[in-house]
Amino acid sequence: MKLKLGEKMENVQQYKVEREPQETLAMDPMKFILWLFLVSIIMLFASQSSAYLVRRAEGNWLEFEMPRIFWYSTAVLVVSSAAMQWAYYSAKKDQFKQLKIAISITFVLGLAFLWMQFEGWRKLVDMNVYFVGNPSGSFFYVFTGLHGFHIISGLIVLLYSWIAAFKLQVHGKNLRRIQICVSYWHFLDILWLYLFAFLLTFN
Amino acid sequence: MSAIEGVVTAQHHAEEHEHHHEAQNFWQKYIFCEDHKVIAKQYLISGIIWAVIGISMSVVFRIQLGLPESNLSWLKPILGGWISESGKLDPNFYLALVTMHGTIMVFFVLTAGLSGTFSNFLIPLQIGARDMASGFMNMLSYWFFFVASVIMFISLFLQTGPAAGGWVIYPPLSALPQAHMGSGMGMTLWLVSMALFIVSQLLGGINYITTVINLRTRGMSFDRLPLTIWSFLITAILGLISFPVLFSSVLLLIFDRHFGTSFYLSDIYINGEALPNVGGSPILFQHLFWFLGHPEVYIVLLPGLGITSEVIATNSRKPIFGYRAMIASMLGIAFLAFIVWAHHMFVTGMNPFLGSVFMFLTLIIAVPSAVKGFNYITTLWKGNIVFTPGMLFSIGLVSLFVSGGLTGIILGNSALDIQLHDTYFVVAHFHLVMGAASAFGLFAGVYHWFPKMFGRMMNTTLGQIHFWFTFIGIYLIFIPMHYVGIAGFPRRYYQFTSYDFTHKYMDMNMFISVAAILSFLAQFIFLWNFFYSIFKGKRAPQNPWRSNTLEWTTPIHPGHGNWEGQIPAVYRWSYDYSKPGAKEDFIPQNIPYSQTLESNFPHENELIAAEKAIESQNFNDQFNASH
Repeated sequence: MKLKLGEKMENVQQYKVEREPQETLAMDPMKFILWLFLVSIIMLFASQSSAYLVRRAEGNWLEFEMPRIFWYSTAVLVVSSAAMQWAYYSAKKDQFKQLKIAISITFVLGLAFLWMQFEGWRKLVDMNVYFVGNPSGSFFYVFTGLHGFHIISGLIVLLYSWIAAFKLQVHGKNLRRIQICVSYWHFLDILWLYLFAFLLTFN
Repeated sequence: MSAIEGVVTAQHHAEEHEHHHEAQNFWQKYIFCEDHKVIAKQYLISGIIWAVIGISMSVVFRIQLGLPESNLSWLKPILGGWISESGKLDPNFYLALVTMHGTIMVFFVLTAGLSGTFSNFLIPLQIGARDMASGFMNMLSYWFFFVASVIMFISLFLQTGPAAGGWVIYPPLSALPQAHMGSGMGMTLWLVSMALFIVSQLLGGINYITTVINLRTRGMSFDRLPLTIWSFLITAILGLISFPVLFSSVLLLIFDRHFGTSFYLSDIYINGEALPNVGGSPILFQHLFWFLGHPEVYIVLLPGLGITSEVIATNSRKPIFGYRAMIASMLGIAFLAFIVWAHHMFVTGMNPFLGSVFMFLTLIIAVPSAVKGFNYITTLWKGNIVFTPGMLFSIGLVSLFVSGGLTGIILGNSALDIQLHDTYFVVAHFHLVMGAASAFGLFAGVYHWFPKMFGRMMNTTLGQIHFWFTFIGIYLIFIPMHYVGIAGFPRRYYQFTSYDFTHKYMDMNMFISVAAILSFLAQFIFLWNFFYSIFKGKRAPQNPWRSNTLEWTTPIHPGHGNWEGQIPAVYRWSYDYSKPGAKEDFIPQNIPYSQTLESNFPHENELIAAEKAIESQNFNDQFNASH
């Protein structure tokens, strides 16, 4: 039906072809809402980054080396993201046992990441880099803190999927919840990779 | 017989299905409601209450400015200790009044009250959706706004007064509680309230965008969307991108105020004693603030422009002139809005070369704005104009937009701005182009869609009287204000009696104040008309303005879900007014071309073949999907 209509339209003049009735977009509104929510988070961190760069360009900037533990926490978060993807594939194939294991790993690694970030703060304090003081240190705390806050929100989303997974409500035919969870978790992972690279480059 | 019975039960069942959505108690129906129409009314009423408060404040400080000798003791019952024994306004409270007037009018009235009301009300009705994408988020959006409102309202009654650092809350004034009494608790509540307000706007805006993009009815392609919807969509995108940036700046300010960081503070001495803060930059705040602040101007104005497009086309009985140009110019304005913020900061010691770049970008905004102005005028040209109050306010908006925009070209020049910065010239400029113009958009929208909101008509004569008093009043206030500004009057000053250069302009200030008081009083005509008509107005017909858009195809009192039965399909754009050959001078969007053979253009006859395809498409019907 659609093809036939397309052929017919090609016969008439060119500008009418684009007037072929388009289906209104059929994306899942909840997923679309998630994407827009991610846009607002991106803008939040973009504004922080630009504030950081503007302030740094003015000089009087304390330089310090990022504690080792942030490297490890980055690795942990990447692994948790991989586990999340594994959970998603398992859900798709209705492999409930793997799903439960994978989603639990993700959750535990997420908690571990948070703890390591907190340890990182304590290392910073040991290095005499405080939240109150030169803005270079303050910005470091704000970046990691804001990201940590979003990780907590991600863990709450994850918790919902985790409970649903253990109630066997996540399976090949009911993927919406875990898809939203997966997208958000990967986003938070990529966001941290960006922040990590940013803080390393412009320390 | 049994077959008929079967049909009857099926019908009954279907009806039950629809009524199922209406079985709600009072709280669900009017307070914690997820229906977009009720939320829109909640926004509207809250906006009106805030507008009364905000404009009353401006009257108080206008009396202070224009009639500095007057005795204000009659305000004691409301303002209490802020009026001295001799009937004088407290200078500190004057600053608070100016600040709160700006905050309330920009954010609570013209952002929440305008875009909150009409985006909520019109988006589902005009695109043919049952409701917003997420009714729950929509409800949450209103209640975040409500809590923000309550906190801001409470701050008015603090003993130290509400925030008083200007609505732009520049640090260090806003960051140091010692700086001014308004920078203490008042500023704290301001920041908390605004943080909640931002959350509310993001929840609302995300919902608007999702709804417009995903829930349009069959055949409602982007090139058939009414311009109102285009303007709400673009407004929501602006908000989505800029409000997180305001959140950033507010967050860092909170850290500076309450945790002792130095993002914005450096090398400050108070009473000879140095503060511990080092290394901050107050200019950083201005960059972050104006990155929101400038798009905010368009967040306020664009819904008004969209409403005007719709009202002018309907009441000129003519298609809108340059439909695509209108969309393109709105997109152009939205894009430019993000790269001109530094024109608010020409006098911060910025690099003159950078200043000239921002000046160039700023002046380019005149191009899409002029396109819009011309398109409105050419739509009016030779139309069969019906002067409804909504139409009068829309034409008034075009007038204010043009005359206010003109001074924007002057202020956009970095060299001229050095002279005019922070004078009453700026005040007059933005009140005309953004304040009054958007307020006129709000009035136009209320007068035009009142029948759909409440099922009753507002009184036309009172509406016209309201328009003329307001329109003339606005010009009487703001035209003289330009001269006061050129003469060098700085804004936010408590009084001008102690300078030589200001003496000879005192009569002009008095004139402005009298005009302001009269325009303020004229608004009570509107208030009476509005609230009286809700209960006692003439009952509205289904399509009182003979308009094309989908909202007028709903019942006079639409229930939750808007349409009974199926959602209508859309076959044409919304501006088929006075089409040659047509029986009526309007053809609603849901009339297929196959029914209007007498008025079709040749290329439209070819679209008849596509109608079957439109009808067979997905409904995007939320009610069908959820069951």
